[in-house]
Amino acid sequence: MEGFDVANLFVSIGQVWTGFLVNLGLSSQWIAFVNKLVAALLLTALPVTIVVFTIMGERKIIGRFQDRLGPNRVGPYGFLQTVPDVVKLLTKEIITPTNVDKVMYNVAPALSVIAVILIWAVMPIAPSMIGVDLDIGVVYFLAVSSLATLAILLAGWSSNNKYALIAAFRTVSQLVSYEVPLVLSLLVPVMLASSLSMNDIVQAQSRGWFVILAPISMLIFFISGTAEVGRSPFDLLEADSEIVAGFNIEYSGMRFAMFFLGEWIHAFTFCALTATLYFGGWRGPFVDQVPALGALYFFAKMFILYLIHIWIRATMPRFRIDQMLAFSWKFLVPLALVNVAVMALATKLLAPPDLSASFWATLPRWGGFLGVNLIMAVGTFVAVREVARQARRKEEEVSGRFGSAAVVQE
Amino acid sequence: MLSDYELIGLLFLFAIALPTAAIVAATFLGPRKPNPIKNDVYECGMETFGPSWVQFRIQYYIYALVFVVFDVELVLLFPSAAAFGTLPLFAVVEAVIFLVILGAALVYVWRKGALEWR
Repeated sequence: MEGFDVANLFVSIGQVWTGFLVNLGLSSQWIAFVNKLVAALLLTALPVTIVVFTIMGERKIIGRFQDRLGPNRVGPYGFLQTVPDVVKLLTKEIITPTNVDKVMYNVAPALSVIAVILIWAVMPIAPSMIGVDLDIGVVYFLAVSSLATLAILLAGWSSNNKYALIAAFRTVSQLVSYEVPLVLSLLVPVMLASSLSMNDIVQAQSRGWFVILAPISMLIFFISGTAEVGRSPFDLLEADSEIVAGFNIEYSGMRFAMFFLGEWIHAFTFCALTATLYFGGWRGPFVDQVPALGALYFFAKMFILYLIHIWIRATMPRFRIDQMLAFSWKFLVPLALVNVAVMALATKLLAPPDLSASFWATLPRWGGFLGVNLIMAVGTFVAVREVARQARRKEEEVSGRFGSAAVVQE
Repeated sequence: MLSDYELIGLLFLFAIALPTAAIVAATFLGPRKPNPIKNDVYECGMETFGPSWVQFRIQYYIYALVFVVFDVELVLLFPSAAAFGTLPLFAVVEAVIFLVILGAALVYVWRKGALEWR
């Protein structure tokens, strides 16, 4: 094993593996094919492996948030709880209710998993470690992730259950409404990197993460992403206290588990995307010397963002549907429109990034972006305050005229 | 170019195989004792009355329509964003004007009351 470079661990493993295939006497086309097969297998296994840890971690952390212990019986500190859970789900009976639309009912749970696994094809995990560096990576992600919406809609519609149907309609309105600010805010990192490829977006963050250049865009992306994933406080599609369990009420056993698998994978995949687009992906100290560290940074950033996700879930109560839609259309969409327009002009007018310039020479550019974002943030707060004041005044007028008198008369 | 999508094709096959294998395994491992009551629609424990595929609120449809307008227009912005580094300032101003038109559409929809939940 001469020349095995630990600093470049993944590339070295790849070289050893390719060397092994060459020794088997395969032609170069077959080697390329086998490598792609292995890569696809690893990309399927990776999210499913991570989800085992995130389920465990989230149950423990949510438990602590709610002042209880969380699972603590199976294995040390209950860390093996997921194993008996999977065994239980595997040995449950598969029930297909009589009146469901059979084809759609069976496709829906599989589709919810397929959609989220496909996203990992364009995720840059470490330098030179990416499934395929598509030159339309961002558009691919948008296209594939909306398949998950379709899965939920199919499940709700095909179940032949009124609660599931309500959940399906809520899903459509929610996911559709939050896709607009999501796509709008996604334009900003694409503009800053002037490329749709995920790898190029990470490369473009060598001088400062995009979260420093475009914090408002990042916030819009994170909030609307939380809604896309359908997690609390945007979990109207499976509001267990209002519509029993929403879209998945007619599902049980392994099919139900597939929905959950899809949702959990989607949640941390989304955090991985935020890390890639705004927090520099695999970028971190010493990553140029030791590329293998990149994967570590990537997963660390992903888990930190996921922790924030869990925190939000444990803190916020659920929205009402009209509040949730109004929040998207009357707050996030206008803000995102202004944000894109302002950032487009700022990116063009401020000096373009000069990679050879010293750190101090790039400071005016950073300051410019920060100032623009600060102005937008202050403007938003002032506008929201004005709207709230007017609404309050109107309410006071109405209650002042009718409120007390009406009560007395009754 | 096309070889890029080979891996996505393979990943798609594996992604289909994973949930299918899990569900098929569960059908073999689990018991199978169907009966009419168990196979009935659950609907929070009550017996269902009337058909379940019913008319829905028109409001959902209006939101979907507004979304289609916005999403189609936004897709048009992505090429200009991808080529942003080489765009002259003039083209950027044009993109901003495009965004202003989108904003005008939002104002119109808002004033018409399509965003109110009734």
